[in-house]
Amino acid sequence: MSAPEMIAPAHVAPPRRSVWAIRGELSTRAYLAIALAGLLLPLLLWWALSASQWVSPVFLPGPYTVLQRLVQWWSEDNLGGDMAISGYRVIAGWALSVVVALPLGLLIGTFRPVQALLEPLTDFIRYMPAVAFVPLVMLWVGIDEGAKVAVIFIGTFFQMVLMVAEDVRRVPAMQIEAAQTMGATRGEIIKLVIVPSARPALLDTLRITMGWAWTYLVVAELVAANSGVGFAILKAQRFLQTDKIFAGILLIGAMGLVIDQLFRLLHRKAFPWLARH
Amino acid sequence: MTPKIAIRDVNKQFGQGAQAVQALQHASLDVADNEFITFVGASGCGKSTLLRIIGGLETQSSGQVLLDGAPVTGPGADRAMVFQHYSLYPWLTVLDNIKFSRQLAVNQKDRTSVDVERASGRADALLSLMGLTAAAHKYPAQLSGGMQQRVAIARALMSKPRVLLMDEPFGALDAQTREVMHDLICHVRRLEQVTIVFVTHDVEEAIYLGDRVVLMAPRPGRIDTIYPVPLPAARDQDMKLAPAFTGLKREILNRIRDTAGMKTDLEQLQKLSGLAALHA
Repeated sequence: MSAPEMIAPAHVAPPRRSVWAIRGELSTRAYLAIALAGLLLPLLLWWALSASQWVSPVFLPGPYTVLQRLVQWWSEDNLGGDMAISGYRVIAGWALSVVVALPLGLLIGTFRPVQALLEPLTDFIRYMPAVAFVPLVMLWVGIDEGAKVAVIFIGTFFQMVLMVAEDVRRVPAMQIEAAQTMGATRGEIIKLVIVPSARPALLDTLRITMGWAWTYLVVAELVAANSGVGFAILKAQRFLQTDKIFAGILLIGAMGLVIDQLFRLLHRKAFPWLARH
Repeated sequence: MTPKIAIRDVNKQFGQGAQAVQALQHASLDVADNEFITFVGASGCGKSTLLRIIGGLETQSSGQVLLDGAPVTGPGADRAMVFQHYSLYPWLTVLDNIKFSRQLAVNQKDRTSVDVERASGRADALLSLMGLTAAAHKYPAQLSGGMQQRVAIARALMSKPRVLLMDEPFGALDAQTREVMHDLICHVRRLEQVTIVFVTHDVEEAIYLGDRVVLMAPRPGRIDTIYPVPLPAARDQDMKLAPAFTGLKREILNRIRDTAGMKTDLEQLQKLSGLAALHA
């Protein structure tokens, strides 16, 4: 019988895994570089297209024109005020949704009779276009701030309820059953297991629905508004100020992005116990 | 003497009409106080279902389960359960997971300062018994699978249950970690004086841990044979090579093969490979 053999280390270059491997690896630096390119390339394309005069500036103003308009909007047309009032409307409508959707979704996801009572109904309503509710909202709520908040509420609430219910249902059954065999009551299970377990998913739901709330801003400001970024876009359309339309759209995108990133930051800080990749 | 757990002609049917599946048929068994009983059997034999019925997490279609003579009507703190995985609370540290049951109303009566002190002493004792002291302030996601199961066992033991129900608790662990856990659970049992009902699909594990091995058979799910384990109460790994151990293992494995209909599978396989040869 031969003795166990030692294998001498050989100097071979380590195999490199392709960045195109399925779910492959990418260094942080490479990731950032590509992400930056992904953002700059459309900008460059936009600039080139408008500079070539191939498309009329009425349809496609250049980046610089849009930036100039933005500066002018800020200094002469109270852009700060528009942003503030739009932000207020979005956040108020969204927050109202949150206040109602969280407890309702928790009940739907926890108790079958509540699910049977409310889920099919919610599913039905959520397919109704929020835009189509605008005339009704004007009739019922009027044309003041409440109406704009109401449109954003309608646009986000029904989706949010269903997502919250789903988040709650995804709490692993074993976590609930373990608490039951430790003698926990129904109330204790909801408070000590279901709610804390669902928190990360719920925060994600809040983040995603906040994004949707922003997309309903322009619709909301169709209702007899005389301020706000969405209203400014609508007004600019009337005067064929394409550059201002561009500026407004980009601005809404940027404000949404900032809030989204804040949510992500909060997620990282609030749940240090999550296994992350 | 009344048995710790008395299972009296328990039947369980899933589904209705033509789709109905008889998960358990006429299951009857007495488990003595401080006994370690293991359930083995092929998948679909109803071993987990029976365990969940004892735990009150599932209701039987007919029959009765008695704990110290009183019928079981739902889950309760006297029957703690350890699951295969995903049962820890990932947002709580190891120590807070173990002390979870302290905040429940069922344990509110012992809230004097002496009790609180005793409880925190018990939590510390369980931490060290399970070799978790260094990990007390880590989160479950930072632990290996074996360590996570130690936390789950410690958490279940925290409020001194009369019965510990274990549903394939080591099923997801590698062979080496499993052996360590086997000796740990034997140790726990000697220290804690608790009746344990343990479900597994691993025959060796069932013999090594159990005072009696209950073999269950599928279609319909039922208790087939009960084997007393002819080994001294204090087990060690060398016993796995003893003739008494290997003999019982062979006997149980053969019986599982017979009851699970493995022979038909073999015929099927031969038929299939025959077909493959024809096509080649």
